Amino acid sequence: MTSQIPGRLRETVARDGETIVYVARERLLEAMTWLQQTPGQEYDYLVDVTAVEFRDRERPIEVVYFLRSLTRKADLRIKVELQANDELAVDSVWSLWHGADWLEREVYDMFGITFRGHPDLRRILMWETYAEGFPLRKDFPLRGRFSRAEQVRQALNANPEAHYSLDELSIADAWGDLPDDMRERLKRGERGTVPE
Amino acid sequence: MKRVVETKEVAGQSPNYLLAKFQDLVDWAVNASRANSLWPMPFGTACCAIEFMATAASRYDFARFGMERQAFSPRQADVLICAGRLPFKLAPVIRRIYDQMPQPKWVISMGACASTGGIFDNYAMVQGIDTIVPVDVYVPGCPPRPEGLLYGVLLLHKKIRGESLFDAERRRDEQPLDDQGLRLSPAEIDEVSEPFGNSVHQFRSA
Repeated sequence: MTSQIPGRLRETVARDGETIVYVARERLLEAMTWLQQTPGQEYDYLVDVTAVEFRDRERPIEVVYFLRSLTRKADLRIKVELQANDELAVDSVWSLWHGADWLEREVYDMFGITFRGHPDLRRILMWETYAEGFPLRKDFPLRGRFSRAEQVRQALNANPEAHYSLDELSIADAWGDLPDDMRERLKRGERGTVPE
Repeated sequence: MKRVVETKEVAGQSPNYLLAKFQDLVDWAVNASRANSLWPMPFGTACCAIEFMATAASRYDFARFGMERQAFSPRQADVLICAGRLPFKLAPVIRRIYDQMPQPKWVISMGACASTGGIFDNYAMVQGIDTIVPVDVYVPGCPPRPEGLLYGVLLLHKKIRGESLFDAERRRDEQPLDDQGLRLSPAEIDEVSEPFGNSVHQFRSA
């Protein structure tokens, strides 16, 4: 089945028996669309997006996608290889699975990999003015690049409220984004009366 | 305390004798009231908070020592208990909470991470909350057992009983050094953040 994936380069089997398919970087979105929408594949759930940089500088950085089909109860891992001397960028899969939003932000925050087409690509774990680089890269020193005093100074001057909204999102505000079955259940009064 | 004792030495002739006795009496009453009704503001960030909860619950029950009411608003708190590691992202938060607490206020640093950074000698962790806020009692342990925290609370009681209402000395170090919000000088922060123990074998460069 995996041999039909667009842009498939090669495939291996992980120690836990899960299939890993390496996909060409420029055809990632095409492959992911195929995997999500082809009958018989139906990978409707993006479990996780992460990245790996190896100690061996010759090995490329890998972006790893964990897919699961909830209907077929099947798992698949997709990997994209990025050469470290090349531009660290892949296409965002946010348009296929909206859950990729924060997952890709985390990979960007920790590895500095850009996701093209991501709606809101900014740091998620470190604060937004963090200037020391990308902590999970192998060239990043364990204790950070700045002195401890400079780190404390920058942390104390970060204004946490500047980047977060304290406005609450109500169910009525999010109504248009809810899946149909959830709208049905809410209409039946599962959570009380929902204002239209 | 020292000043009061010095006054007493010449008590026979001094007109300050009665005043000193009066100050002693006031201090005793005020300190006893303060020490026996500390309202803790729990700032639990990690596993130490679990031990903190055990300390608050019925088996150890720090209400026995006057900490009956936990103040989840800093405005009604006397003692800030930082239970757990403090990442740099939370540094402005704990400073804000500390600034919001009314005088008099004390800080207990609970556990190895809050006191020194503990095993987290890395890019994301504050190496001891005393680089952010002044700390009165450090409770070691990873995490400390409830008995350890209770002992720290009793030490804080002892410290409070030794304070004087007529002595503004100890309030002085609460103010940040400069407009950058640092309470220690950069050299001091670098010094207390130096690696120790096993982390000396890890290098700054990759």
